[in-house]
Amino acid sequence: MGRYVARRLLQMIPVFIGTTLLIFLMVYALPGDPVRGLFGDKGGSPQVIAALRHQYGLDQPILVQYWDYMKGIILHADFGTQIGSGRPVTDVLGDAFPVTLRLGGFAFVIELVLGIGLGVFAGLRAGRAADTSVLMVTLLLISVPVFVLGFILKWIFADELQWLEPNVNDPTNYGELLMPAIVLATASLAYVSRLTRTSIAENMRADYVRTAIAKGLPRRRVVGVHLMRNSLIPVVTYLGTDIGALLGGAVVTEGIFNIQGIGGTIYQSIVRREGTTLVGLVTILVLVYLVASLLVDLLYAVLDPRIRYA
Amino acid sequence: MPDMTKSDTATAAPDAVDATAPAPQPVKAEKTRSLWGDAWEDLRRNKIFLISAVLILLLLTITFFPGWFTSANPTYGDLAKHYLQKPQLGKVFSPEWLGYDQQGRSVYARLIYGARASIAVGFGTTIVVTIAGGLVGMIAGYFGGIIDSILSRLVDVFFGIPFLLGTMVVLNSFPERTAWVVIGALGFFGWTQLARVMRGAVITTKQSDYVQAAKALGASTPRILFRHILPNTLAPVIVVATISLGVYIGSEATLSFLGLGLNGVSWGNDISDGGNQIRVAQWIMLYPSIMLTITVLAFIMLGEAVRNALDPKTR
Repeated sequence: MGRYVARRLLQMIPVFIGTTLLIFLMVYALPGDPVRGLFGDKGGSPQVIAALRHQYGLDQPILVQYWDYMKGIILHADFGTQIGSGRPVTDVLGDAFPVTLRLGGFAFVIELVLGIGLGVFAGLRAGRAADTSVLMVTLLLISVPVFVLGFILKWIFADELQWLEPNVNDPTNYGELLMPAIVLATASLAYVSRLTRTSIAENMRADYVRTAIAKGLPRRRVVGVHLMRNSLIPVVTYLGTDIGALLGGAVVTEGIFNIQGIGGTIYQSIVRREGTTLVGLVTILVLVYLVASLLVDLLYAVLDPRIRYA
Repeated sequence: MPDMTKSDTATAAPDAVDATAPAPQPVKAEKTRSLWGDAWEDLRRNKIFLISAVLILLLLTITFFPGWFTSANPTYGDLAKHYLQKPQLGKVFSPEWLGYDQQGRSVYARLIYGARASIAVGFGTTIVVTIAGGLVGMIAGYFGGIIDSILSRLVDVFFGIPFLLGTMVVLNSFPERTAWVVIGALGFFGWTQLARVMRGAVITTKQSDYVQAAKALGASTPRILFRHILPNTLAPVIVVATISLGVYIGSEATLSFLGLGLNGVSWGNDISDGGNQIRVAQWIMLYPSIMLTITVLAFIMLGEAVRNALDPKTR
């Protein structure tokens, strides 16, 4: 087990370097200039621009910049300076990350509970009307783009019915976060319930389920222990990769509901070409994704004792 | 859900001759015929498949011949017909049918002409992704070893970057965002999924007896890859490609919503504009949203129907 984890961690290093290098190259090699962006239409004097470029190290060759940046992250946990505001990126992250983490976490819980619940409900009734309607509804939810759903829910519940606030003013209030979290969770929720449903429906015919029923075990135990444990492996895989997607998908949801989280920060740093902020944010998202996929693989062994990591 | 257990090979065989037409691989006829012929037998009776196929044909017709559906100009704005003039649902197919937007442009005409952007990006991206991802996956799966390790890490690298964020960064650098630019950006980050699917399919196929036999007979590597392995790995690739076509159409609209999509008439741009008017004029965003959802739904349903038909185990 320990050796497996160590090997996986070692395998992560090239992926981490590759991903950060890719995003770094994309941000800096594509046309556009964050320093010029500071001055607006009038433009600054060439000397000032050159001085600022030197101050932020933008006059160095790109691989040198990348090397310095990575050295800063690894040695001092220093993710650079936001050029627009002059604040360290870690400060900006410290403001934005808890908000998104709360939103994403809320969405994840909704996705987990409703998604698996609906999936089990449909899977146990495979082929019947309840199953078909769950399949249809989830298919529809997958097809509706997130921002359309956001607009429509906001219009119905905030503008017409006035049950909920249209914008999130206080991101620590879970009541206000409810609607954005639902919007963020919807597509993943639909995928989770379809995966669970397929898996449960398939395993219902397995020998071990028949044996468990034949032993006279109560239905709750057959479904809750025997069936669930074996059916959840594909679902756990999906949930693991989805954590990163939830944080990335926050760009749209936070835009609609005017939440000051990581999504808004990413969006602004892309539009303003704030390379350092963007690279810092994406680096953290990549780390979250890598750790989540490692945890998923370790969870396999818990769910399925046949899987052993020597 | 129709029963998929019926696999009457005796009746399937004669029908399957014309059924090979949609299957893109005429070579290795026996192999293709049984799998795709069986699938076609299922699909012909599958209502979901028929509905989605008709919808997609209709969308393609709209894309190529928008003039057949409306005579109005989607970019011509007549401010006298401003957006507070409500849709006149009785006047089917007329420019005022679905109302006017804020600048007095016909919502119906924009709906018709907006299909082109979605369809072009959807199909373009899927073609790029299938070819690029398929090639990488095939090479990684077939050669294995160090080549596989390197390519798989490369896939991991691209997969690690959130899809939407990556495309946003690329698109933000292009002030002129034509369909080609959007296709390029979506394709640049989208190929990984198909590469993984293809790699898996090739690894299972390359152990087959007929591949070993071809190798023993001295067939060249390209011949083994393209004539023996490729036809037998197409099923999962086509399924994933069809479903992701719908997903790319949705992504294009999402990018438009963020202000980073195609320039010009597109459903995403209209939904984004209409979203700000939703309190006074819901139709500006409602109709493009419905069209977009139906389009995405059609491709996902088509892909799932084909998947179920190809794989008797599901169900």
